Amino acid sequence: MKKIDRRNFLKGGLAGGAALAATGKATKAEASGSFGGYPNSMGVLVDFTKCVGCRTCEAACNKEQGLPAPDKPFTDKSVFDEIHHGKRHRRTTEKAFTVVNRYDIPGRAEGPIYRKFQCNHCQEPACLTSCFVNAYTKTPEGAVIYNSKVCVGCRTCMIACPFYVPAYAYSSATNPIVRKCIMCYDTRLKFGRPPACVEACPQEVMVFGRRKDLIKMGHERIKEHPDKYVDHIYGENEVGGTSWLYLSDVPFDQVGFDTHLGNEPIISYVKDFLAMVPIVLTVWPALFTGFHLLATRKEEANTKENESKGRGV
Amino acid sequence: MGGKTKKLLRVAVVLAAWGLAPHAALAADGPGVVELGSLSNLFEPVTFNHTMHTDVAKSCAECHHHTLGDAPIDKTCARCHRANQPADSVACRECHPANRFAADYLAKLEANPQLYHTGKPGLKGVYHRKCLGCHRTMDGPTGCEDCHKMTEKGEAFYRTGKFAPPPAKHEAGEE
Repeated sequence: MKKIDRRNFLKGGLAGGAALAATGKATKAEASGSFGGYPNSMGVLVDFTKCVGCRTCEAACNKEQGLPAPDKPFTDKSVFDEIHHGKRHRRTTEKAFTVVNRYDIPGRAEGPIYRKFQCNHCQEPACLTSCFVNAYTKTPEGAVIYNSKVCVGCRTCMIACPFYVPAYAYSSATNPIVRKCIMCYDTRLKFGRPPACVEACPQEVMVFGRRKDLIKMGHERIKEHPDKYVDHIYGENEVGGTSWLYLSDVPFDQVGFDTHLGNEPIISYVKDFLAMVPIVLTVWPALFTGFHLLATRKEEANTKENESKGRGV
Repeated sequence: MGGKTKKLLRVAVVLAAWGLAPHAALAADGPGVVELGSLSNLFEPVTFNHTMHTDVAKSCAECHHHTLGDAPIDKTCARCHRANQPADSVACRECHPANRFAADYLAKLEANPQLYHTGKPGLKGVYHRKCLGCHRTMDGPTGCEDCHKMTEKGEAFYRTGKFAPPPAKHEAGEE
């Protein structure tokens, strides 16, 4: 009979590990197929060159979503001067699912540029994939909605979101939940109507339509005015694509966009690891139990032998 | 009754003048002062002095594109509309839909893939873009209430005027 010593044990372990790595790889290949979003989903194309910073979208959002009264009237432009900790502009909060910020661009003939900001409704949302209670849903219409009834307030989505969108209801002591823009899904989008902010905008900064058509429209605008626009639609490919798309006449990093997010959906960075988890949980216990049994077999046999010897003598 | 007849007569005269006048003269005459109120809701209608604006504008095409028969300003438009005939109607609302994102309008756009100008902005969008766009370069009025007074509904919507949040909250709300 083959003796199990440390050398053989390690050899077996390596073989097992290699087999495991092979299975892991196969699973990874299978899991890496991207979802890429629903083909006919709706979206919004935002053209910052047309925004005049009137904050009507903020007021419309507040009314449509039944949000609490703002700290300042929506006609108050002093909010544009609010620079928060870390030199950052205003961000979405539990009371404001969309905000407009002003960016002073030296040498821009039209003066400062305004940027409307809200949930980008990613094609493959990081918030959704990070949520362990499955509170989030990407609807076929394109909205990323959430079920606040199952939200446990763990705030993982807030960390996962590459755009820092989900906000926390810190004001609620009894039921603090995560809150964000849902593209007016309940009241408008599911009935084929545009989000309230889109309809309210006096400048028609935003165009509501099928995402695939909006991408074409965006590229047409760039083509017709090559000297005006930056030749890029933010959101076409970023983090796997977003339902909200943006056109600008100043480089996107100057209007508060993160231009280093890459085009891979956030889930891709953790897919390999997540695919390994079930394998590790199912295969490892059996594998190592086997190792343990093999390793202790001789010992057990010895003990038995000793016992019988002891009895026999 | 008498007033009504008079009104009808006046409308008839205006219409006759509109139809008879050569289109070059139309611009100079124009509609005088117009009240733009079809979209009025959060703000009162705009009293638009057309005559004053025709005096300031270099060409009718600045606002009316090609519908008056002038060459369009935008080079992209000029490629097709350079030698256009004057259109039957030159009102903004004839081409720019008031409800740009209504489901039936979007369905109409989608039903015909050959349709051109599908990205044509809605009426509210073009009013503001045309007016503000020019006012910003010509030093015209650019504040919302410079052109139309806010209605009470508007004050409630923007949480301003008598619907404004109490001032004490301003400081408390700061981060």
